[in-house]
Amino acid sequence: MTENHHHDPETCAAFQAQLPELIGSGQAIGDHPHIQSCALCRALLADLETIAEAARQLFPVVEPPDALWAQIESAIQEEEGHAAKD
Amino acid sequence: MSHSRYPTEPPDPAPCPPADKSTAQVPVARTAPFTLAAIPNPAEADALARAQQGDHQAFSHLYSLHKRRIYSLCLRMVGNIAEAEDLTQEAFLQLHRKIGTFRGDSAFSTWLHRLAINVVLMHLRKKGLTLISLDEAMEPTPDEGPGRSFGTPDATLTGAIDRLALERAVESLPAGYRLIFVLHDIEGYEHNEIAAMLDCSIGNSKSQLHKARLKLRDSLRTSSRQEARR
Repeated sequence: MTENHHHDPETCAAFQAQLPELIGSGQAIGDHPHIQSCALCRALLADLETIAEAARQLFPVVEPPDALWAQIESAIQEEEGHAAKD
Repeated sequence: MSHSRYPTEPPDPAPCPPADKSTAQVPVARTAPFTLAAIPNPAEADALARAQQGDHQAFSHLYSLHKRRIYSLCLRMVGNIAEAEDLTQEAFLQLHRKIGTFRGDSAFSTWLHRLAINVVLMHLRKKGLTLISLDEAMEPTPDEGPGRSFGTPDATLTGAIDRLALERAVESLPAGYRLIFVLHDIEGYEHNEIAAMLDCSIGNSKSQLHKARLKLRDSLRTSSRQEARR
């Protein structure tokens, strides 16, 4: 791997402008020539992947409290009661 | 003693039993005012068709099927359990009012999520946040956008992100970014599904998600530096 310690802002800017599409397409970006040569963009990509992975692991789908259904059905009944009177 | 016509507890989210065997295989094709493609699960399609006819048992089944994702969406968007419960209730009340208007132009879960998202955004507006509508949520916000990373290499996130730090960072996101991040990275929706929910392009969804992650990175690195100084 050829490291580029002298970051070329223009090259990085061009690569980072493509990142949303590259990441969103599910391509293996680790093989991208710029990532192979640029430690800065490699670190950025690693951070973004870490954040996405942390979100999946740390925020599971949550069960609402059982009592919520009773509140909802009560509210529905109330609405239907009002509608019946009108 | 309860006088409710409704079941006191919603049924388990197992397939909703059909009314009888003669209607078990194709009940929706004869009765549902929506396209079958909108509901890939036949049991859910049956429940939806019956809920549209005013069947409360079927409506409670739909609640059981979708309550977790709707509640989770609300909770992640507002970061407060009591508000999340209120918003979930409001979303399902609106579903009850509007369920007859569902025609299957999109998947039912997409349609329900869009309804819930509007409830959440309305709530945020009432709380005084500047965000007003879905359209505004999806507007590019270049002035508020996170900075790109062109400078000197800085410390990277270690991979051990603290849950509390991530929660705080997510809560600090502008609502539009937060919405995309919650839908994609937390709830697991694909960009094409999010685009359908938010009525935006797939490219816009990808772009907003990327900006959200960049903002989170900035926040997490800042909080990490502050922790290190203590």
